[in-house]
Amino acid sequence: MSEGKSGETTSAQSKAPAASASPAPDAKEAANAVNIRRRRLVWACIWGYLGVNFLMFLRFFFPRALYEPNTVFDIGFPSDFALGIDQRFLMTNRVWVVREPDRLFVIFARCTHLGCTPEWKPAENKFKCPCHGSGYDSEGVNFEGPAPRPMDRSFVQLDPTGKITVDTSRLFVDDPRAGVNHFNDPGAFLNV
Amino acid sequence: MPEENGSGKEKTGVLEKAKDSAAALRETITEKAKQQAVELKEPEKTQLYRSIFRVKHDEEPRNRALSVLSNVFFHLHPAKVNRDATKYNFTWGMGGITFYLFVVLTFTGVLLMFYYHPTKVQAFRDILYLENDVPFGKLLRNMHRWAAHLMIIAVWLHMFRVFMTGSYKRPREFNWCVGVLLMVLTMLLSFTGYLLPDDQLGFWAVTVGTNMARATPLLGNEGPFGAQMGMTPYNDVRFALLGGSIVDANALLRAYIWHCIAIPLIAAIFMGVHFWRVRKDGGISGPAPVMLESEIKEERSPRPVVLRPSGMG
Repeated sequence: MSEGKSGETTSAQSKAPAASASPAPDAKEAANAVNIRRRRLVWACIWGYLGVNFLMFLRFFFPRALYEPNTVFDIGFPSDFALGIDQRFLMTNRVWVVREPDRLFVIFARCTHLGCTPEWKPAENKFKCPCHGSGYDSEGVNFEGPAPRPMDRSFVQLDPTGKITVDTSRLFVDDPRAGVNHFNDPGAFLNV
Repeated sequence: MPEENGSGKEKTGVLEKAKDSAAALRETITEKAKQQAVELKEPEKTQLYRSIFRVKHDEEPRNRALSVLSNVFFHLHPAKVNRDATKYNFTWGMGGITFYLFVVLTFTGVLLMFYYHPTKVQAFRDILYLENDVPFGKLLRNMHRWAAHLMIIAVWLHMFRVFMTGSYKRPREFNWCVGVLLMVLTMLLSFTGYLLPDDQLGFWAVTVGTNMARATPLLGNEGPFGAQMGMTPYNDVRFALLGGSIVDANALLRAYIWHCIAIPLIAAIFMGVHFWRVRKDGGISGPAPVMLESEIKEERSPRPVVLRPSGMG
């Protein structure tokens, strides 16, 4: 016992001065290196976890299911429409059906300035936006106010039964400033 | 049996002890009652009072400072403020008025929440109900509305004053940035509150406002590089704001939550930082401090040290 104790103390004493004389830089640095690596791993886990959670948080704001009016709908037969502007589907689907002598097309009722719904003024034969005063002629082409281009037109198609199918998620743009006009593309109008 | 005897002895012992303690108790109760009667005359000397207020609020500089520093609400405020910097013709009091209006808006807003349902069927009906039937509902709604208008005005005037007095300069440049964020948050509060009545005015205003979000660079479906980023009306930043492609029930609910919970919380946090930084950046900026003749002390230091806020250099 006593021998063991004395042995321990002597060994401790012999070690202690050595350690204090030279602070064993290699051993200390090695220990620190391990700690830093472990610390970095822990921080990487924490930031990775928070980062993934933040991405989940952002994705959360994009709903998968929408309870909005369907963008694809039937409006009946071409013969249901007389010449001029038809407002039947304005409240339900936000479109005007325009019948001209040789063609039929569907105007999506959204002002190209900032997206309000213009009003059809039969007495003045024009569409007028109540928000900032853009005016469009009976074909939906802008002629006054801040609107930059004519109102967009919806995709139209005859289904096998002869009814007209409209899709307001497919819009045809006429933008004179950008030099594009898709109003005469197939699907932008029906020959009647 | 010996056990019984033993317990009997103990019983008598217990009885005596009880009598003694009862007598002692009678004395201590009367003593305590007397003590409490004395304490009631000077409640600020009681242990209870001191546990709450901790510091004697005597009219001396040290205790005045301590009463600010040791109070959880006041500690954001500087313990001492330069007299010249608080003149209304210098500050216009606009920061304080803005904060006061925020408190008014929070209070009246919470009360409005008791009668308002953020749904398409009920929202506008609730506005009519508040306007016509709820006791003091019209007053409450108009307080909220006018305080909101005034807060926007006060925020802009505060910003104008800070700019004109050069108070945005070092060391206050960080606090200027916090202030700009707070102004943006105030604008967002105003914008989200616009939709909540669900009337024609608010509906079309938010339609217009969120259509502008279509033109966001990279994140909007009509903005620069939006198409290249794969943005459509169904996955862009406007879609995330509205919770859909049109201003509908989801948009109303989202505006409500942003307006009532998320933005006020964020703004309150930034307000805490803003006020604290005013103190840490050397108090309100102002003209160089002026001393009254009566305040000039005899040669405490060879030269009086004049702290000149660097903003007014």
